[in-house]
Amino acid sequence: MMHLLADAAPAMAPTQGVTIALVLSAALFTVGLIGFLVRRNMILMFLCTELMLQAAGIAFIAFGRMRMDTSGQVFVIFILTVAAAEAALALGLVVLLYRRRETLSAEAWQELHEQ
Amino acid sequence: MMLPSLMLALNDAAAGHGSLADAVIPKAVAAPELRWAGWILLLPAISAVLCTLLAVLRTKSKLPALVTVLSLGTCFAMVLKLYLSRGPDAGPVVVHLWDWMNFSWGGGPWKSFQADISLYIDSLTMLWMLFVTGLGTLIAVYASEYMEGERGAGYCRFFFGVSIFLLAMSALVMADNLLLLYLGWEGVGLASYLLIGFYYQKPAAVAAGKKAFIMNRIGDLGLAIGIWLIWVNYGSIEFNTLFQAFGDAARGVGGWDRSLIPFCLMLGAFGKSAQLPLFTWLPDAMEGPTPVSALIHAATMVTAGVYLIARMQPLFTLHPDAMATVAWVGALTALLSATIGMAQYDIKRVFAYSTVSQLGYMFMGLGVGTAFGAAYHVFTHAFFKALLFLTAGAVMHGFAGQLDLRRLSGLRKVPGFAIVSWTMLVGCLWLSAFPYTAGFFSKDLILVQAMSQPRFQVLGWIGLITAAMTAYYTFRVWFRVCAGPVSYVPGEDAHAHDDHGDHGHDDHGHGAKAHDAHAGEFHPHAPRFAINGVLLLICLGAILAGIPGIQALRGQHNWVQEMVYHSSAVRASGVDHVTTPVAFGLDPHGVVSVFGISAAIGGILIALWLHLLDRRMADRIRTALLSNGLTRWLPTSMENKWYFDEIYHALFRLPMWITSHLLHFFDRHFIDGLLVNGIGRVPVMVGRLFQPLYNGALQGYATSMAGGLILVLAWVAWRWLGAGGVS
Repeated sequence: MMHLLADAAPAMAPTQGVTIALVLSAALFTVGLIGFLVRRNMILMFLCTELMLQAAGIAFIAFGRMRMDTSGQVFVIFILTVAAAEAALALGLVVLLYRRRETLSAEAWQELHEQ
Repeated sequence: MMLPSLMLALNDAAAGHGSLADAVIPKAVAAPELRWAGWILLLPAISAVLCTLLAVLRTKSKLPALVTVLSLGTCFAMVLKLYLSRGPDAGPVVVHLWDWMNFSWGGGPWKSFQADISLYIDSLTMLWMLFVTGLGTLIAVYASEYMEGERGAGYCRFFFGVSIFLLAMSALVMADNLLLLYLGWEGVGLASYLLIGFYYQKPAAVAAGKKAFIMNRIGDLGLAIGIWLIWVNYGSIEFNTLFQAFGDAARGVGGWDRSLIPFCLMLGAFGKSAQLPLFTWLPDAMEGPTPVSALIHAATMVTAGVYLIARMQPLFTLHPDAMATVAWVGALTALLSATIGMAQYDIKRVFAYSTVSQLGYMFMGLGVGTAFGAAYHVFTHAFFKALLFLTAGAVMHGFAGQLDLRRLSGLRKVPGFAIVSWTMLVGCLWLSAFPYTAGFFSKDLILVQAMSQPRFQVLGWIGLITAAMTAYYTFRVWFRVCAGPVSYVPGEDAHAHDDHGDHGHDDHGHGAKAHDAHAGEFHPHAPRFAINGVLLLICLGAILAGIPGIQALRGQHNWVQEMVYHSSAVRASGVDHVTTPVAFGLDPHGVVSVFGISAAIGGILIALWLHLLDRRMADRIRTALLSNGLTRWLPTSMENKWYFDEIYHALFRLPMWITSHLLHFFDRHFIDGLLVNGIGRVPVMVGRLFQPLYNGALQGYATSMAGGLILVLAWVAWRWLGAGGVS
């Protein structure tokens, strides 16, 4: 089993599966984007941005695979770390915003635009 | 009567020394054994440092005055010792103190530049140093009492200024090169500026300080250019080398700029000594404390210009045109400022204009070729003018800053002012050149020299007319202020009132309540020991200053002439003796004696009539002149200083003001408005263009971002597909 795997790896071309991964990434990004555009619930909008971020992560891994090195995966490790921190911050913000207006709708905060 | 003896005046003064026109200036020898003379420079510097230290320590005592008086007194003692060890007929010596600048980039002249802190000591230096340090000490003693109302930081500041002044003045007079002289020249200018603006909370004092400083800068620019031209033409700025080079025609190459040198130096001298056209700062400088007016703006600093030209006499004798210019400027300044002095009401201003006028005489003396007469007039003037200012200061001190001669009368009879009045009378007699006073002899020497030369005879007559005016305005002050019935109006100087409470009356037993200004009763604050003592000493000095004049009168060699003869001004150390009649069948001596004595006595008699016997007559004459349309210009323009300030304002300040405002407008609206702020406004405008997009709807932002992303992607896809289509 180990032998088979080891034997099969060099036979795999570097671009194999990259297209599929990129298509998956693009699809995930589109889902996130559309979700962000159509929903007004701040938690859902935040989840959609997370989806777009992870789509970028998948693209990183795909390109790393194409280049046959680990830098793409290293990037993703960092992205996940940043995403964790950012999720804590963003959810905290959402909670604070909810306490101010008793609603999760993003439209409640429209006056925060430039004068 | 006295005429025959006066006709003999100065007969053989010059003859004793043979022909002076081609006299050789001896080369100076190095005198390392005189290095202790460097303490004359160090002591005032130390006292300045100590005064600063005392200011930091917030001392309220008279310690700064003590420190300054001690250091200046020691300086005077050292100058005296130096003089006594050399005698009046010793040759010049150079004392090297410290290296300062010493560059050399090859051999021969013009290939090196040397300016060390060294002293060039000849008898001209000694003459100046004797009265500078002597009067400096006495006036510091006077100021210790005069300035006592300022005890504390102001007291320290004042004596710091005096110390700095003495340091700079000693450097100026004793320098062995023009650069060190220039350093001292600027130093005295700085000290003068600091002390004129001593009452820095008074706008007039601040303005006067600035005016003095700026007017002096104009002159100093001339001096700086002159020094540079001297180096370019003669390859050195050390006096010892220069005096030999001036005599050696082969040494001076150079072209047209060589004849420019004396005119550049002259500009510096005219600025420092308040001559036409740069004289307007000196009367304003009277805003400073009176001891400063006496020391800096009458006796010592303003004679620096005379010193410069006397020191550079070997250069000036090479340029007859420059000499004539000096003479004419001096004579015109003397006449002009005398006319102004006749119409001023402020005692210190009258004396200030008389200083300008007397300085004019000194320059006239230099120009007509008697540095002896000029130096002697500097010497006598230092005493009697310091005396006059110090008496004016005592009056000002005692009457709460009152200086208007219309509001003071009969001081002679006010208790405690007898010494002030009588010493002022001595000063006035000396200033108006009353026969057989020191001022008479020194003025006489200058006028005789002018009369003896046909081309300068006009100047002699101008000098005689000025002498009459001088006698008139001097005694106008004395008859108004010291003679007549006792009446006075105190000034508005609050300081003087505080002064009273502190010590004035207690010391004199007037009782502490008498000074109470609120009770509406004013008691003059009579001068005490320091002021009276100094007045008497300087009075004595003024009287003794006449001795060389009496000797000259008898044809004997006299001290001042010896001093000038053994200096670089040797070629002008005599007085020409011409016996050909110049006017009314009289030779120059006769003319000057007859007309000089009549001018002095006539001026005094007119002043006696108009300002003591019939005081209302003076006002009636003035009113009559003012009411007549044809003569109205005379009193108005005399009282307004011939509108010199206004003319300078219109000629220089106004065009500069207009130009500066035009440039300001250009800077503000074109450079700042159009260029700087205009460029800065571009991003703001662009931002405003897109501002409506930011409406606060989060999804709206996201949509535009997504739209932008799609556009970018579409462009990339189109390029990619297009490129693919081509290949």
